[in-house]
Amino acid sequence: MTRALCGIVGIGESAVGKVPDRSALQLQSDAANAALTDAGLSLDDIDGLITTPVRVEPWNMPCGVVASYLGVRPSYLSTLDLAGASGTAMVHHAAMAIASGQCTTVLCVAGQNLLSNRSRAHAVRQMAESGAAHPQFEAPYGPLVASNYALIARRHMHEYGTTEEQMAEIAVTMRRHAGLNPNAHKRDPISVSDVLNSPMITSPLKMLDCALVSDGAAAAIVTGAERARDLRQKPVCLLGQGYGLSHSYIGEYRNLPTCGAVESGRQAFAMAGLERSDIDVAQLYDCFTITVIIELEDLGFCEKGEGGAFVQGGRIGLGGELPVTTHGGLLSGGHCGLGGGFFHVLEAVRQLRGSAGARQVENANVALVHGNGGTIAIHCTLILGGEEAV
Amino acid sequence: MPDERPIPSPNPGTAPYWKAAREHRLALPRCRDCGKFHSYPRARCPFCGSPRLAWEPCSGKGTIYSYTEVFRAPSKAFAGEVPYLVAIVALEEGPHLMTRLVTADNTSARVGQPVDVAFEDLDDEISLPVFKVTQP
Repeated sequence: MTRALCGIVGIGESAVGKVPDRSALQLQSDAANAALTDAGLSLDDIDGLITTPVRVEPWNMPCGVVASYLGVRPSYLSTLDLAGASGTAMVHHAAMAIASGQCTTVLCVAGQNLLSNRSRAHAVRQMAESGAAHPQFEAPYGPLVASNYALIARRHMHEYGTTEEQMAEIAVTMRRHAGLNPNAHKRDPISVSDVLNSPMITSPLKMLDCALVSDGAAAAIVTGAERARDLRQKPVCLLGQGYGLSHSYIGEYRNLPTCGAVESGRQAFAMAGLERSDIDVAQLYDCFTITVIIELEDLGFCEKGEGGAFVQGGRIGLGGELPVTTHGGLLSGGHCGLGGGFFHVLEAVRQLRGSAGARQVENANVALVHGNGGTIAIHCTLILGGEEAV
Repeated sequence: MPDERPIPSPNPGTAPYWKAAREHRLALPRCRDCGKFHSYPRARCPFCGSPRLAWEPCSGKGTIYSYTEVFRAPSKAFAGEVPYLVAIVALEEGPHLMTRLVTADNTSARVGQPVDVAFEDLDDEISLPVFKVTQP
């Protein structure tokens, strides 16, 4: 019998994609409001708030800025920054705040107008200069964030024979999933040859191997497992979580194709008391196509080095052996920065509620959500289940 | 944001690295207790925790651990240089460094190729270690 750590009782998204008429705070407000409506709760019920930093505006203490904008007076506030792993980590931090008695009902919200605030080019530059590359030992050589992942991809290809076609398969699958998600940023189908023929950005990664830059925000409401049962929605419970860190800067990391997902996955499965074969759907962080291959391997869904083959033949698509990132992910659903990985949590909740519509995975009872921050540096894995999994 | 190329700003933890580079030498901290070199520089040995570190010269020899050819510059500062090769080099002494691979032919880069350090003088104070494929 697994113990539920908390329940996710409401989820909401703002419009995603190019949303030029909304500021970062307006997008977060839209997402938060949608989550409250979904949960059947009001702002008065919220006594905890967790958010992440944004890039588009200088916010001193983002959790305070967001809480006061929304009109929440929480007894627990936190600004969380685990880069791309922030989305999954927010849920766990909410669970800890509730378990310690600090609060009962936490609003987790993140997002911004990353695309419309300036431009895609500005966002790409800002990311490259935001510290993902070491300011003294890496940034002077001119890597993009994508270059850091390209270095991983090249090494993975060298060690295991992974191919550009295999990576392209992931982009194609994400686009197919996004086509079934009305709120996704890019929905037109693409083929493997479209990916291979898209402009080379930083070899071997091409334009369509890279995440989008999007506007958007996501929110979820987390409460204790007991209370969750009495609310409007079928609760989705946190069954296990884990963290893993292998390095902070890619240049000094000596074991490139393997990452901290090994440890975060090990912890999460041990806590949940579940096996890989128990996972019905996996929402994996997909900032670049290679990221998904490495996560599949390091989380234990296939042997190390077999991730390239694993993503072929429809195995990670809807109807496949392990449907992955069913909303279209960062590659096609949208990527608004630190909030980007939170959409993966929301999609897991929809799958476990059975409310994912055209992209519903049949009999989805247990979902894994994985967040990856930095250059495959920091990882937070969640395992979520409906009540029948508890 | 300015369009100048990012120039390293040495701090008390990294100044010896940049001082050596200015003299066109590659130096890294080495632990006097466990004997291991490490990078990037830390106040204590990341392997054994010892504070007994000394900056020691490296041979400047290594192999290409991975590389990428950058076609789209992160900012205007690098736009005139594309396409260029960003690489990670595994030094003979163990540590890895991100670097630039300087070669007449970008398509000739291969994982495992032996490389030697060289230096690019960025301004009056900073020289950047780069690597060239070892000539047989």
